[in-house]
Amino acid sequence: MAADRASPVATSLEPLLAAKEIVICCGAGGVGKTTTAAAAAAMAAAHLGGKVLVITVDPARRLANALGLERFGNVETRIPDELFAAAGVEPRGELWAAMLDTKQSWDELVRSHAPDAATRDAILANPLYENITGRFVQSHDYIAMERLYEIHASGRYDLIVVDTPPTRNAIDFLEAPERMADFFSSRLLRWLTVPARSRAFTVASRPFYTVADRILGTQFLQDIAEFFLLFQTMYDGFVERARAVERTLSDKRTTFVVVSTLEPSPAREADFFIEALRRRRFSLGAVVLNKVLPTWFLDRDATRVALRLARDPRPLAEAVAAAVPRTGDPAQVARVLAEVGESFLNFQVVATREAEQRHELSRHADVVATVPYADHDITDLAGLLELGAALWR
Amino acid sequence: MVALLDRRLVFVTGKGGVGKTTIAAGLAQLAASQGRRTLLCEVDAKGHVADAFETEPTEFTPREVAPGLWAMSMNTEASLREYLGLQLKLPLLSRIGPLARTFDFVANAAPGVKEILVVGKLAYEVRERHYDIVVVDAAASGHIVGQLAAPQAINELVRVGTVRDQTGWMLEILSDPAQTGVVVVATPEEMPVNETLELSARLAEETTVDLAAVVVNRVLPELFTRGEEELFRELRTPEGTAALREAVGGEVDVVLDGAELAVRMRRTRAEHLADLRAGLPPGVDLLYVPELFQRTHGVRATAKIAEALGAELGY
Repeated sequence: MAADRASPVATSLEPLLAAKEIVICCGAGGVGKTTTAAAAAAMAAAHLGGKVLVITVDPARRLANALGLERFGNVETRIPDELFAAAGVEPRGELWAAMLDTKQSWDELVRSHAPDAATRDAILANPLYENITGRFVQSHDYIAMERLYEIHASGRYDLIVVDTPPTRNAIDFLEAPERMADFFSSRLLRWLTVPARSRAFTVASRPFYTVADRILGTQFLQDIAEFFLLFQTMYDGFVERARAVERTLSDKRTTFVVVSTLEPSPAREADFFIEALRRRRFSLGAVVLNKVLPTWFLDRDATRVALRLARDPRPLAEAVAAAVPRTGDPAQVARVLAEVGESFLNFQVVATREAEQRHELSRHADVVATVPYADHDITDLAGLLELGAALWR
Repeated sequence: MVALLDRRLVFVTGKGGVGKTTIAAGLAQLAASQGRRTLLCEVDAKGHVADAFETEPTEFTPREVAPGLWAMSMNTEASLREYLGLQLKLPLLSRIGPLARTFDFVANAAPGVKEILVVGKLAYEVRERHYDIVVVDAAASGHIVGQLAAPQAINELVRVGTVRDQTGWMLEILSDPAQTGVVVVATPEEMPVNETLELSARLAEETTVDLAAVVVNRVLPELFTRGEEELFRELRTPEGTAALREAVGGEVDVVLDGAELAVRMRRTRAEHLADLRAGLPPGVDLLYVPELFQRTHGVRATAKIAEALGAELGY
């Protein structure tokens, strides 16, 4: 990982995608993480070859359609070569896609870790189970990492690109495996399961249950306790698994791509995330900056012209109207020129802010890819590859 | 339909990156400037509210950040302590230190408990009439439904106990459109619009809370009228550009490209706006906040947003 440096950074994700086996895209919500992950995977499949899988969380419907994925769940689906052909590309490798279905993934996890059929059925039928796996802190994060681990361990793919779930805090999922392991080995969990094991509470746990009873009611507490007792039977399997997932994240073959726009709040989250990766000694492969305005908004000569158009358009308008009579009324020409100038200066304010932000975010990454603002949404693979080209230069 | 600021509890939500906090801060600022005693609460404490008013980080205990405007950040453990102190009249709060930690753990694991500590604190402020209006910089659209549905869920899951007793009055406040409303913030882009429409449907199906308004943030100004746009096309022809270049005595392509980009952006956004309008249930207010082309956070931006919202609400 590079420290502050003066030399310019590389701008292509190609070497990264060629060298790594797992690329995890992360960043704040709404910055184009999913699209970036899909575009990177599509480029890798098209130009690098091998079997490439993109795991998405909640793709925009149009993006799903672009990948031919109207209906799919946890199952990995191959993107047909015809879609590449329609985009004018003959792919060197295969592109596969899967979506993360949290509920289904949890069910599978329970099935594989439950010590026996009775426990398995009891957990799956527990009224709290769905609620807890659906809302349990970091349950989405954990299951995403768990699924990634499983697919990677299966050896079915050369490269896996992961789009991380939208979290309240971008770093939550980095800690998810650790927390899951902590959770299952914690004294608190053993405490909680006391009432289900024995009606005679230990002295140590009594004050807690006295208050908890008054707040939640005994029956509810009992339900929770029974549920956790069932879950505890899977303790060894879970902890071992969580540790393995953790090891995968810090493996040399895994890298992280931080995706952001250049707006202040996502950029700040990206900064925070980069710092979190450094602290945990995870690899920061690249920073991808999305929806970036063209840098020509910062051009000095253009600024001078824009200022003139905005401030004193009339003489210019008269000259233009005289040279090209079909432009018509000089007053109207002047209004248009003034608007053109104003608009340029407005966008320049934003572009200036973006340039500053970009400088900040580029400090710690070896690779910084920039994707220009696109005024159209991606509706097919060609659009995805077009965006991907910006990650590849 | 109750005017937005006449409600007592307003949850502001939206997809990440649409300017949720900025809008919540602007709304709170507007309410305060009208003489309403206002509380602004940041639920996912990321420090954005402090940024909006350029103050020290907010804490669980509200602090006045502008005249008539108090700001706080949610903290479920503090909320629990306050609750235990108030409801159970537990005398020695220090003795529940480890207890609170344990309970926080239960709250993490048990469905709806953490959520109800958030919603409960807010509803409590409303019930006690500590403020005229409580504006919540709420969870993002992915999490808000779970939060708002928590009292109902707890009510169904927990059959007895203090928590159950507490859900009754909370539901009363949350379900009353005269008191409580949700404001969804969107930008005129594909994903935020889709998410807003999905959220609108889920709010109706899974919660009892009224969707009060949708704020469309970062609306681009219309650059040209139809006639002016034709004229602009003339300037984009080689002949027109040459004439302008001659008149200016320098390169003009870049400046014209800039206007072209602005026109195209506005057009795409207009399409998404139309989808949004068509997809929302009738009666939901749409409020437009223009792209500011300026700083996007800080006191100045908050004031501008408050002004824009005030104009939209007819103040």
